[in-house]
This record gives sequence, C-alpha cells and structure tokens, in this order.
Amino acid sequence: MVRPVPQPPTLPPALSDWFGTRGWSLHPHQQEMLNRAGAPALMLVAPTGGGKTLAGFLPSLAELADGTHEGLHTLYVSPLKALAADIKRNLRTPVEEAGLPIRIEDRTGDTSATRKKAQRADPPHILLTTPESLALLVSYEDAPRMFAGLQRVIVDEIHALAESKRGDQLMLALARLQTLRPDLRRVGLSATVEDPAGMAAQLARHPDPCEIVFADPGPRPDIRMLETAEAPPWAGGGAAYAIPAVLDEVRRHKTTLIFHNTRAQAEIFFHNLWLANDDDLPIGIHHGSLDRAQRERVEAAMVRGDLRAIVCTGSLDLGIDWGDVDLVIQIGAPKNVKRLIQRIGRANHRYNAPSKALLVPANRFEIVECKAALEAAYENDLDGDPPGPGPRDVLCQHILITACAGPFDADTLYAEVTSVGRYRSLSRPDFDACLDFCATGGYALRAYDKWQRLVERDGLWHQRDPRAARRIRMNIGTIQDTDTLKVRFRGRGGKPLGEIEEGFAATLTPGDTFLIGGQVVRYEGLRELTVEVTRRADKKPKIATFMGTKFATSTQLSHRILRMFGQDDWPELPGHTRDWLALQRKVSRLPEPGRLLLESFPHDGRAQLVAYGFAGRNAMQTLGLLLTKRMEEMGLAPMGFVATDYAVLIWGLDAVTDPTPLFDLEALENGLDRWLAGNAVMKRTFRASATIAGLIERRFPGSEKTGRQATFSSDILYDTLLKYDPDHLLMQITRDEAMRGLVDFDRIREMCLRVGDRIDHVTLDRVTPLAAPLFLEPGRVPVSGLANERLLAEEADRILTDAGLAPTPGKPQWRVGW
Amino acid sequence: MSSHDFPFHGTTLTARPSGALWWAEARILTVSDLHFGKSDRHARRSGIMLPPYEIAETLARLEADIAATNPASVICLGDSFDDLAARDAFTPDHLARLTPLMAGRTWIWIEGNHDPGPLDLGGQHKAEYRAGPLSFRHIATADKGEISGHYHPKAAIRTRARTVTRACFLVDAHRVILPAYGTYTGGLRTDDLTLSRLMAPDAQAILTGPSARAFPMPRYLDA
Repeated sequence: MVRPVPQPPTLPPALSDWFGTRGWSLHPHQQEMLNRAGAPALMLVAPTGGGKTLAGFLPSLAELADGTHEGLHTLYVSPLKALAADIKRNLRTPVEEAGLPIRIEDRTGDTSATRKKAQRADPPHILLTTPESLALLVSYEDAPRMFAGLQRVIVDEIHALAESKRGDQLMLALARLQTLRPDLRRVGLSATVEDPAGMAAQLARHPDPCEIVFADPGPRPDIRMLETAEAPPWAGGGAAYAIPAVLDEVRRHKTTLIFHNTRAQAEIFFHNLWLANDDDLPIGIHHGSLDRAQRERVEAAMVRGDLRAIVCTGSLDLGIDWGDVDLVIQIGAPKNVKRLIQRIGRANHRYNAPSKALLVPANRFEIVECKAALEAAYENDLDGDPPGPGPRDVLCQHILITACAGPFDADTLYAEVTSVGRYRSLSRPDFDACLDFCATGGYALRAYDKWQRLVERDGLWHQRDPRAARRIRMNIGTIQDTDTLKVRFRGRGGKPLGEIEEGFAATLTPGDTFLIGGQVVRYEGLRELTVEVTRRADKKPKIATFMGTKFATSTQLSHRILRMFGQDDWPELPGHTRDWLALQRKVSRLPEPGRLLLESFPHDGRAQLVAYGFAGRNAMQTLGLLLTKRMEEMGLAPMGFVATDYAVLIWGLDAVTDPTPLFDLEALENGLDRWLAGNAVMKRTFRASATIAGLIERRFPGSEKTGRQATFSSDILYDTLLKYDPDHLLMQITRDEAMRGLVDFDRIREMCLRVGDRIDHVTLDRVTPLAAPLFLEPGRVPVSGLANERLLAEEADRILTDAGLAPTPGKPQWRVGW
Repeated sequence: MSSHDFPFHGTTLTARPSGALWWAEARILTVSDLHFGKSDRHARRSGIMLPPYEIAETLARLEADIAATNPASVICLGDSFDDLAARDAFTPDHLARLTPLMAGRTWIWIEGNHDPGPLDLGGQHKAEYRAGPLSFRHIATADKGEISGHYHPKAAIRTRARTVTRACFLVDAHRVILPAYGTYTGGLRTDDLTLSRLMAPDAQAILTGPSARAFPMPRYLDA
C-alpha cells in the first residue's frame, strides 16, 4: 500500500510572527516533528525543558490554523491531571496571542459534569486529558461521534506511563480509537530512556514501525551531594540533621522543591522544617494524602510565586512547569537513577541551562547509595526492566469498558487487543478466559447463570443489565491507591484533614498521636468510618510514620555498592561515612561476592536476622519468604520481613542460633507451594488485580454512606478461591504478577548451592551499622502465624498479672466482678 | 483451639474460637449473621460476581461447631440470609448439608434486619427468643441478660510487638454481642463511637481465631 506523502507542514504565518516578536525560533527537534507530522507513529525523546510538549503540538496547530477542521482534531493524554491543566494554560497563550481559531479544553476528574457533557456534544479541537478520563470517554455509546474528526493523539511523558498498567489501559483505548479512526496518527513524547525502540514499539500499532526523533540531550545536569557540618545518622529517613543546611539553600534560591520518597518522610521533614523556620519563610507541603482543598491552595500559591519552598512527593513529579523553580533537593537516596534525572529536569526549566539539584542522603548508607547513583547518572547508566506481556486484569477492565459502549463481537475485539504491542502475543484461549470472567465470573462452579454480567445474543456480547454500566464507569482506572480512611477533627462537622491508609489506621489505638498535614493529632476513635482526632501541642508524635510506597529499585546500583564495599578504604566518601564502614568491618563484616553474610541481634523487643544477598530486591523478597517458612516450621515465630536490593531483614519472637537448618534445601522445598500461596505478598497482589479486573469495587453509588457490612477483606475472597477454585483466572493472574516480583525457587537453590557453606553468621547484642537503615524501609511483609497467637497469649497474661490475677496453669479463666 | 468461658447472668457461657456461643448447661449453640447468599445478592444487584463458595464455607464451619458440641438447640441470631431472594442461592446440595444439622434439634431462626428468616427451611421463626435468664434477639436493646448480633464487632489489640485485629464477642454485665459467623462479612471496630456507647466501660472483647482470648474492649476515648 502506498501512502500519499503529506507535505511537511509549515508553521502558520500568524504563529511564526508571534514567535518572531518574542525572538524565538524552533529547536531542530521541533522542526523535525513538523517535518514528520504525517508519520502514523512518531516518538520524540527529549530532556525535560526542551520544548517537548510544544514540539508535539506544532503539527496540530499548523493543521488547525485555517479554521476549516470540524470537531476534535488532537487528543493529548498525560499522566497527571495537573499537567493537563498546566499545558492548557501554556498552549492557550500562543494560540490566543497569535489569533488562531483553535479551541483548547482539558477534561480530567476535576472537570465539572456540565462541562464534560458539553464536551461530548461539541468537542474542542484539542482535548487534554488523562488515561482514565480517556477510558471513560471510550466507554460511552456516543464515542464514535465524539471522536469522528480525530487526527492525532499525543501521549506525553510516555516513559512514565509505559511502565505501568495505566499505560496498558491507555494503549488499549488507543486501539479502540484506531478502529474508529483508521488514519489516526500517534505521537509519543518521552524523557531520556534506556530503550527508546522498545518504548516506540509500545506506542505504535503492532506490527507497524515507529519513527523516533532524538533531541539534543543538552548540558549535563548539575547534581551534587549537600555538604553539611552535621554528620548524618546511621539510620533514619527524616534527614533532620540537614534541616539548617536545607533552610540555608532555600534562603539562597528563589524557589526550591524538596522531594521525598514517601509521604511519611515528607510529613516529618515538613514538621521539623517548620519548627526550625525562624525567618518564617513561606514553605508549603504537597502530597497525595492531603485534602484536595489544601493541595489546591498550595498549587495556587506556587503559581503566584508566593512560596519559597514546597516539601513534596511524586505528586509534584513529571515536569509540571511551576515557573521559577531554581533548585531541586532530593531527600533520601534516589532509589532509581532514571527517576532522579527526570525529577531534576524540574529546576531551571530552560533548555540549554544545566539543571541544578542537591542530594541529601538521610543516613550513611544512603551516602554510599547517592555516590553510586551519581556515578551512574554521569555514565548515563539508566536502569529499568524490560516490559513483560500485557496484564490480563487490565484487559478484563477493558472488556467491561467495551461492553459499556455497546454490544461487541469477540473476534473483532481480540484483533483490536492484539494490535497493542504488549498484548501482541495474547493467545485466543487467554482472551476467551478474560471474556468468560467478565461474563460469568469464570468460576468452576457455574453459579451465576441468571445474573451473568455479559450475555451473548446473535453473535454479539451485550450487558445483561445496562444500568450496571454506571458502576463500571465509576471504577475505571488502574491506579492502586491504597484504601484510605478520612481524617477529621472530632465532633460533627469537624474540619477534614486528609486521609490515612487503612493499613496504618489498623495499627492505631485510641490515644496514639501521629502527623498529618504537618501537625500532631491524637487518635480518638472512629465515627462512621472516619478517623476522629484532636489537635495536640506535642512536638513529637508517638507513631512516627504512616506507610510509604515501595519504589522500584535498581540492581545496577547494588552491584556498584558491593564493589565499593570490597575496597580497603573509601577516600571518595565523607569521613563520617568511611568511619561507619570501617566500624561495620570491625564489629561484623562487610558483605562479599560469593559469600552470604547473616547477622543476628535483638532490637525493638524482637529477634532480628539480616541476610545480605545483594541479589536484587526480587531475589531478596523470595529469600525472605523462604526463610520465614523455615523459621515458622522451626517454631521461631517469625513476624515479618522487608527486602531491599541488598538485604532481607526478618524479625520474629525467637532468635536464629544455627542458620544451617534454615538453608536445608529439601525442607525449604517441602510445602513451599502452600506457604507461597498463603503469604501476604500474594494477597496484596490479588487485591490489586481483583480491583482492576472488576471483582472488587472501590466506588459504588452511595458508597460514602455504606455501613460496615458492605466491606470485607479481599483476603477472604483470596482464601476462599484458594480453597475452592485455585485455578480461577484471577488466581492465575495473581500468581503471574506476584512471581514477577519474586524469583524462581531454582535461582535461590542456585544461590544456596553457590554459597555452599560460605555462610558467615555473626551474632551480636545490638544493631550493626549496615543493618540500621533497614529498619525504616517501606514495603514490610507481615507473617501471621505462630507469632500472633503467642503475642495475644502474652498480652492476655500480662493484663491478668497487672490485675493481680495470675493465670491458673492449664486453663486461663477470666473472672469478672459481676 | 481453646474456648473461653465467662459468667453471664447466672450462667456460664463459652465463646468458641469460631465465633459461635455455647451455653453448655442448656446445650444451646448460638451463631449470628450467617449472611448466606451474599454473593448471589451482590451479583443480582451490582453485576459483581464474587466467588460463589461462601455458603459451602460457612456450612463447613457450622458442621464443625455442631459436631464438637452436639447441641439440643441451635439459634441463628438473624441476618441468616443476606436477603429474602438470597434463599434461591441455597442449592439442593447446600440443603442436603443443612438438613442433617437440623435433624433432632430445636432450630430457631431469629429475624434480622436483612431477612425475616427463611420460611421454607423448617425450624421455628421468631422475632426474639427467651431461655432461662437469657433473651436472644438480632439487635441489642436495653434488655438485661441479652444475646445479640448485628454489629459484626472486631477488635484491634495492641501487643508488645504488633497490633492484631480479629472479629470478637463483646461482653459486659448485661449483654453479649456476637461476631458475624458468615464467611463474607466485614467488621465494625470496637473503638467506633456506636459500639463504645453501647457497651459498658468495663466491657470485654473476646477475640476469635485459633484460640478465643479476652481483653478489655478497645474504645473510643471518652465516648
């Protein structure tokens, strides 16, 4: 087939005049994007601040300049709704000032219902939206009419989407659009990535090729470690020691963004910063758990230039243009080099000016990590895992979305789905299993003949009850926000403060104090599923953290670090960190390749075991599962573990005295399936997949008012399926997904065989320098077995003893005074 | 598996680890909030098809409790079925398991707020029931010596090393509230304002699980 080669569009005169009056000219990559505007799939790789977004829009502006196009022309999709709003502002300026007849609107979860309705009836020329809002649009019966004129779709920050299920959902929606509009052109805008060709293959319709334009990567970023007079502690993520130095930097710069890896760390840091802020510098906090009104106030103040600094998390990530940011500070080690580079793209948001960033390691291990990350950044050693096959839970949701839009033919849908890069090798039986799950529940026991969700009539699949579409639409999306509870001040009509994760709420007992929105509050109790608190003047909360997200980390970094540990001395590191490593070598050992270092010591009222495998987080996570299995069998009552790239930390009630039986391969393998099936990693994964696939609803009509009986733990569903229907589709998906975060038993076996008896077990009476940072790692996996029973028994005994009622041996009796 | 005995209104009651209440002297076994047919009701109303195994699982636990205690009477304290139509989810197979459990016993279905009690399954149907010093109903009243359900209580107990949350019985001088026995049932934490106001300050929470154990009931502060 021969395609007519479109003329390279030129900039409309009005726009080039407008550029001219400002003394601007196009960057070469922007011109190149114009030249190749006719390509069916085109990706631009450019550093943040390189005029990337404008480059994506130029062909649209050129094609729309004569005012003849009717309806929607360009759909722009970005991962953040704040980014859509930001682009709207930035794009409207040249369009309005150059007098171009182009209507630009955004559409996100924040857009009013009236506005959204109007957009469906009379779409703008350019619509800026998010993957979730697009999926919603695709689910409407009138989608073909709305997208009738669509020519181009621009996916911004595609590197951020490509690694997530949001990206998979987006690509499935694009396949739908491509069926509606066969000549639709796809454009992707990406920051620097390690595998541009792989990402381009995800963007293009399979098996079409995708052209790639590379922009000049620009000058190297200026990243340094913050030097402080005070030495950082051995452990801790708060970086409280660096507060005075950070305040100095804030004073020296116009606007500083202070990034944290977790919300909890952001809260604590902000609290400490505020206590030390003697000059009353205007400083705000911004993260995803805060009440929306509070977040919007901070964003508005930022745009006005009223703030000197913002303490934030990833909620402010991804190149939103806040104007005058001239310094980015990263607190804590950047767990992932790519993320670091993308974040610092924020400062000095001008092309050809080096970005300026300061790393503030929170503890001494992080100094080593930062050092390794800086080396990697300078060598452009970006990290990341190759993408696996398209996840089937997202496909299930897509099938439901398709059904909402109207009856569909299974063959056509299968062809459409396999035109998406990551789903290209999806087999027909696998597709059919997903369809069956959506239609009947897919259970071995066919219980729902009467209540099937989808039914086949005349060769087309229909919804049994079209009213159910509303519930499906309410639950569109793949973002795993953890379940949260609202927090407000005590009493009816108390002021809302934000949300805390349900898992964190479950650890609170009345009287506990914690931080939220920078203030210390006391937990009073629950009222209608809302956490009620009172304000406390305390400087220190009793409960220091709420849970954080676990970042994807990088194996390259761990190899660099192991190499550094092998050195005799570390002249490249600050003195306090050299001393710290030397101390580790003195009191214990430093991990070495080809050996396995184990440390046992008591801490926090529990027996701790650390295994330094330096084999990457997945392998360490698997090792944690295996060792806790053996410890449970040996009666040591393990309580949980946490894995990093470097080590796994296991805590329990009894200490490991002899490590040999732990690594007994035969015993490890015996009953392994049952142990793996029952563990918390699996249950967590199941919850996420079941929610995406539509088995668990996050939102339903009137959900704000529902009572307690409406919600029950997804663990119960998992346990029930495991017992009665272990081969159910969702159990297969769960195993697949969980195993991606683990490694094969074979690899652990190899590791055990390779290490052989070269296990160094060091028993100490306290935490070692190297182990200290592990205690604050997020992503803890609980083990609930023997330990829970022993702890409850102990606690019951303690209460009896306190009451002067020692338990009678054998059968404890509770005597109540009535 | 150990149970927990406690004195109540002149009787001795046993909280079983399963969440069933056993009154040995009267040979009465009480369970609450079975919510049979919950997954069927879900599918009918929302299109969400939960794993359809919850009736089988709840029956299996009931079989175990009845085999262990051999009661003369069984009282189901209401919300036995998730709603009236959920009765249809009870298949002949399920019935074939329930019938032998009911045979030779007094079986009492108390009305709940979800169901007025299954009408065609035999047994007696009552709004409430009295036996000796005790009364049995679905939702707690001001009555003394009362056994009820409805709230699905669960308690979070702080131990020296972690907080453990489990479904629980609530007991004070005048009332016992049973945990939900059904498989797909959520819970209401005892430090919720409603439960904290309902139960006396010295109330106990008896946790279910591998063993039944009593603790002071965690409460909303100054409720």
